[in-house]
Amino acid sequence: MEVYIALKVLWWLLLGVLLMGLAIMVGMDMGVGTILRYVGRTDGERRVALNIIGPHWDGNQVWFILGGGAIFAAWPVIYATAFSGLYVVMLLLLWTMIIRPVGFEYRSKLPSSTWRNAWDWGLFVSGFVPMLVFGAAMGNALQGFPYHFEWNMASVYTGSFIVLFNPFAILAGLLSVSMSIYMGAAMLMNRSEGALYERSRKLLMIFGPLALVLFTAGGIWIANMQGYTLSGATQGAAANPLDPHVTVQMSRGAWLTNFRAMPVLWLLPLLTYVGVILGALAGRAGKSHLAWWLGALAWIGIMGTVGAAMFPFMMPSSTHAAQSLTVWNASSSEHTLIWMTVWTVVFVPAILAYTSWAFWVMRGKVSTQQVENDDHAY
Amino acid sequence: MVVPSETVIELSRWQFAATALYHFLFVPLTLGLSFILAAMETVYVTTGRVIYKEMTQFWGKLFAINFALGVATGLTMEFEFGTNWSFYSHYVGDIFGAPLAIEGLMAFFMESTFVGLMLFGWDRLSKAGHLSVTFLVALGSNLSALWILVANGFMQDPVGAAFNPVSQRMELTSFFDLLFSHDAQSKFVHTSIAGYVTGAIFVVTISAWYLSKGRHVEIARRSVRMGALFGAFSVIGVITLGDALGFVAGHAQPTKLAAMEGMWETEQAPAPLKVIAFPSDEQQRNVGPTIEIPGLAGILITHSLDKELPGIKELERRATERIRNGIPGMLALQRYRQNPDDQAALATLREHEDDLGYAMLLMRYAPDLTQATEVQIAQAARDAIPPVWLTFWSFRLMIGMAFLMLIYLIAMATYSLSKQCVAHRFLLKISIWMLPVPFLACELGWLTAELGRQPWTVYEKLPTWISASTHSAGYLYFSLIGFTLIYLVFIIIEMFLMVKFVRQGPGEHGHRPVTGGGGGIQPVLSRPVMKPEE
Repeated sequence: MEVYIALKVLWWLLLGVLLMGLAIMVGMDMGVGTILRYVGRTDGERRVALNIIGPHWDGNQVWFILGGGAIFAAWPVIYATAFSGLYVVMLLLLWTMIIRPVGFEYRSKLPSSTWRNAWDWGLFVSGFVPMLVFGAAMGNALQGFPYHFEWNMASVYTGSFIVLFNPFAILAGLLSVSMSIYMGAAMLMNRSEGALYERSRKLLMIFGPLALVLFTAGGIWIANMQGYTLSGATQGAAANPLDPHVTVQMSRGAWLTNFRAMPVLWLLPLLTYVGVILGALAGRAGKSHLAWWLGALAWIGIMGTVGAAMFPFMMPSSTHAAQSLTVWNASSSEHTLIWMTVWTVVFVPAILAYTSWAFWVMRGKVSTQQVENDDHAY
Repeated sequence: MVVPSETVIELSRWQFAATALYHFLFVPLTLGLSFILAAMETVYVTTGRVIYKEMTQFWGKLFAINFALGVATGLTMEFEFGTNWSFYSHYVGDIFGAPLAIEGLMAFFMESTFVGLMLFGWDRLSKAGHLSVTFLVALGSNLSALWILVANGFMQDPVGAAFNPVSQRMELTSFFDLLFSHDAQSKFVHTSIAGYVTGAIFVVTISAWYLSKGRHVEIARRSVRMGALFGAFSVIGVITLGDALGFVAGHAQPTKLAAMEGMWETEQAPAPLKVIAFPSDEQQRNVGPTIEIPGLAGILITHSLDKELPGIKELERRATERIRNGIPGMLALQRYRQNPDDQAALATLREHEDDLGYAMLLMRYAPDLTQATEVQIAQAARDAIPPVWLTFWSFRLMIGMAFLMLIYLIAMATYSLSKQCVAHRFLLKISIWMLPVPFLACELGWLTAELGRQPWTVYEKLPTWISASTHSAGYLYFSLIGFTLIYLVFIIIEMFLMVKFVRQGPGEHGHRPVTGGGGGIQPVLSRPVMKPEE
């Protein structure tokens, strides 16, 4: 039983790592998509921007796919409940996201400027909208979703999708968009020169501080919003959100309980402040690689803050709070978690190694000339 | 109990089938073409002949156009289990989710990271380095297929799992049983080799079209030879492994097999193979003329002369029994869910556990099982049989196409190896008409496998109808219209680009495209293909 509890916590942490990977790596590419039309005024500049992330976006996107796969494998109840409950939003996310692979690959295949312009708008939409939705999803998770379960664990969602775009969710969405622009701009600075470089630097220095403002506002909001407190849960039990012994209290400020109990957790929001402030300074000084890494730290701080506030809640129910999905009642079986851990231990180091190698191989500045001479370039 | 409405079930099935079949237009080509690219590049690296690099880059460009849509539409598949099949996702996610996640960890990450280097790294990597990257893309895409088919194998033959009444779902009991499921393994080999055939036919038919026009002869001639040899061996593999798959299905999924063979009655062993028949799902018999080969079905499926194969009517009788046996099990489960201390209910549940899925078949007609009538039980038993006409003909057409491709690829391989000329004029002319065949065959294979699995999402464990999410029909109309529009636009753009770049041909070699093309065959046939266009 003790092993099972440890595995549940481990997979909660691993899910956090995957979501951070998603935010950092996919967010960076989506940020480039969002600012593409602004930083690139000419077709040449836009092609440079696209070719900077061209060799990597596909690999990066797997963080998203793996995130989905890990939720399915380790937290199947959450996968089933969240994906079906948020149907319209999920489709919005999906339909905008699938423009991206096609947009990258097809945009520069034809010389027509109408064609390329249309794809540039497509890339903007497929960068901006998914990041907004990711952030909004986080924001909504903090507020809870209106759902419950039938006796046989069929989930029933009772809210409308419009409610998902409430002010707090939009604030969270804009925070995630701002961070993605920051990271995208840092990446463009890494590998570009001239006007593209300057415009990216400008954006980095606007959207870094903006993210910090939104993060602060969100933090104050969270401190005063309705949070959830869990009692009566058997941590090592088989996943059963209908356990009659569980009670959940809803009260204002409850999301700060964990911070009060463990003050060391305050380091997480602090990490965000340090990351963004130093990052913006580094960006100003032209040290874009450093700015990128500091931005990644800030992302870790943001996701960590949300996770620390909500633990052990993963997806609270606003209508049937006792059926809220938590670390203790929503995971896979012990056997599945053991096997998933084995595969993760073997392959995640390999992934990190070859991803780093791929970035190293493609290192250095990308120029307009280079792009125009390469038949395979985007 | 809230259950999905009949409209929602129907539309969810249409949406899943449409998006899966669409995704599966791009996957087989990726599987096959990636190995062909690796083979071409190997020749380039080992012999140093630049023409093989040009071949790799030209086919690589078409590969990338196809790959982008494969990736895009694959995203849909990962979402769709959760969005539209949420009860399924809950009920078997403990097992089914694992191979999907491992696919991401082990295969898709590798494939996607290295495909970037494959397309962008020509000048950044050493020859051997780039070749390794190309091989890793091929390996990644094939490993991807392995894990997806392990997941699918569980739907066909749910081994390595057991029902847990506390979490009210199936849970993994043996990872090895899941991974080495006979269905998963034979289907993995069958499907990936079907991909090789698709890649081969793609390369061979387009190259043959160039030859028929007298264009890009050097590249086309070599492509035909490599593609045809690779394809001929692969198609033989597909057919033999298809037989292995039939053997496996015969044991694990008797209803699918009976539907594939249109066997309404249990026939004396060894059962005859119906080459042509017209099964009527309504009348439960074959109407019109039937052409049979005596004994062949029994021999092929059981690999014996004396094992009997149960007919559909016999299977329906067995389903009736299992439904009756499932009722007390499901009622005990309901009591146990109300009161987890009810040990008597738990004991009854354990006794009838194997037939819980059959009780769920009945719940479609009798939500309250205590009130179930004989008519409702008969309805549910009738449901236990897959759509026979569709399964029978999907299977027949797939096999017909496999043999057509076998003949074609052997002919092309023979001609391309013979000294005289590249290929016979007639063969070159008809070649382009062979291009859609492997794609259709793959789609028909999917239809055979998944229609034949009905009415289950997980064979004998979880019915399709109850697997669907409890949405309003409006949501489904919304998403179906959205997918239709987006996918329509995508396929038009993709076909347009494919045709454009095929017409343009491999550019670097300095062959100017010949316009018009009239009489283009002549130069190819009249002299041994050395310098075509000068």
